[in-house]
Amino acid sequence: MADTYARTLISPAQLHRARGKLTYRIVLTAVIVIFTLIFIGPLYFLFADGLKSTQEAIAVPPTIIPHSLHPSSYTRAWSEFSLGQLLVNTLYYAFGALAFQLVFDVAAAYSLSRLRPVLGNVLFAMMLATLMIPATVLLIPQYVTVASLPIVHMNLIGSPAAIWLPSVANAFNIFLLKRFFDSIPEELTAAAEIDGASPLRILWSIIIPLSRPILAVVSIFSLVAVWKDFLWPLLVEGGYQPTRETLNVGIWVASQTAPQNLVLAASAMAAIPTVVFFLIFQRNILAGLTAGGIRG
Amino acid sequence: MPGGTHRPAIGPRVQRNLSAHGFLFGALLCFALFSWYPMVREIIMSFQKTHLGVTSWAGFSNYERIFHDPTFWTAWRNTLEFTLLALILGFAVPFFVAILLNELRHAKGYLRCLVYLPVMLPPASALLLFAYFYDPTYGLFNRILHVLHLPTSQWTLTPGTTWPTMAMISVVIAATWMNMGGATLIYLAALQNIPGELYEAAELDGAGVFKKIRHITIPQTRFILSVLLLLQIVATMQMFVEAFILNGGQGAGNNTESVVYLIYQYAFALSGASNFNSAAALGVVLLIVLSVFSGGYLWLTRTQER
Repeated sequence: MADTYARTLISPAQLHRARGKLTYRIVLTAVIVIFTLIFIGPLYFLFADGLKSTQEAIAVPPTIIPHSLHPSSYTRAWSEFSLGQLLVNTLYYAFGALAFQLVFDVAAAYSLSRLRPVLGNVLFAMMLATLMIPATVLLIPQYVTVASLPIVHMNLIGSPAAIWLPSVANAFNIFLLKRFFDSIPEELTAAAEIDGASPLRILWSIIIPLSRPILAVVSIFSLVAVWKDFLWPLLVEGGYQPTRETLNVGIWVASQTAPQNLVLAASAMAAIPTVVFFLIFQRNILAGLTAGGIRG
Repeated sequence: MPGGTHRPAIGPRVQRNLSAHGFLFGALLCFALFSWYPMVREIIMSFQKTHLGVTSWAGFSNYERIFHDPTFWTAWRNTLEFTLLALILGFAVPFFVAILLNELRHAKGYLRCLVYLPVMLPPASALLLFAYFYDPTYGLFNRILHVLHLPTSQWTLTPGTTWPTMAMISVVIAATWMNMGGATLIYLAALQNIPGELYEAAELDGAGVFKKIRHITIPQTRFILSVLLLLQIVATMQMFVEAFILNGGQGAGNNTESVVYLIYQYAFALSGASNFNSAAALGVVLLIVLSVFSGGYLWLTRTQER
């Protein structure tokens, strides 16, 4: 089995010697133990300390294993911080943004790749140029624009569109999708075109079924991006009653006043969906990261 | 229609273009509203002032105002400190972790998942947990130091502005834990592309592990290393949420206040004196600084493709 691995820094000959084998075993065990402690260890405290009583959560010295279990802090945190509402909000924002991105960005990438409109290349370059502008730099003018859209003077603050619509302006999505569509052989669509299929029909029946891998990558990263965002949702959805905040912002607001064990219980519950999502899609996520993360 | 007779000749092309632009329309509108227009608007806003609802030109007064604000320089100083510390930790550590993981032939999937797991957590969850660990009285970290008979710390709330400040180091540790997974996995992929013969050749010349890392691993991954270096500089200079959740954003004596936090404060937090125009001016300054690194990234990836 070991022979099938690519040749790396340490030579196989060295690894096969008795001393090499022993050293390898020691290093492997040490790495597994240390990495588990560093990366899972904190999560243990996240989940376990939410089970402590309010006094025990801030006891000096801190206890490693809770002396008495209080699952009620989870139910209390759930109702006191309206976590159910926050979760629904976040899902609504995340899947809404995903739907808008899939419809508009796929259509745009298809147009740029196959229909090639006049000035298409200029528009594509202008989209790519936005990749060079870091997100937070445009925070203020974006906020002012969302608060009063030009010409129609509509105020989107507090509505889900304030998260959905700006998420469509994602040049990286369009870049990834267009590059993938470009790689689909021209003959496949040319035949359909001769048969009189409309562009929409070609997109729906030929391009999209062939593009499942890239659509999965784009979808996963788009969901994660909305789920993890903090500053933008804080500005555009913060401070409404009943709450319109995301989980992220909601538990931060709660943490300002609530006792420590409830804050931890809430943080733990907010982390569960992403951890489950990661465990289900880890293969796609880890592959997508290296496939789409860096161009070149 | 007057041009009816020409339709057979130009009709299909026009129609094709119309439908092509139709497909583009939604995305174009969003780019125009939320990317292109704000870019122009930021520059315009930075030269304007608004008084009692009336907007007028203000010349460079917004820029003068922010340059005379001592917090402006503090925020830049802190942001630079965060970026440097984050590079030492967040750039070097993932690289060596990747080298280490690349040598292991077992538990590969498990270790990759471990490193990437924190990246998936909602930042508020991860940072509130770290704030709990960092608490000077009941926090776990001080307990560990105490058990080891080491001096305890105020962590993110440590006062003082002499570099490197303990407050900023604490912020960087949390940020690195949260974010190192992405860089590590990208390095791992790059390491797997290094031809094995290079190492074999080096061994014939009697090179040890460190020589091989220096003369083969680093030069062979130089492209990815430089790309990630630039991307990380751009990302870390926009630091906001880490300090915001860990210690309220400012820290003791403003020693963790970042530039993006100052933009936020100019625009939203200073009650009464809330001023979008100064915030826009600061945004323009940040844009100019970051575009140096963005431009470097563009130049690097372009030369690679040819």
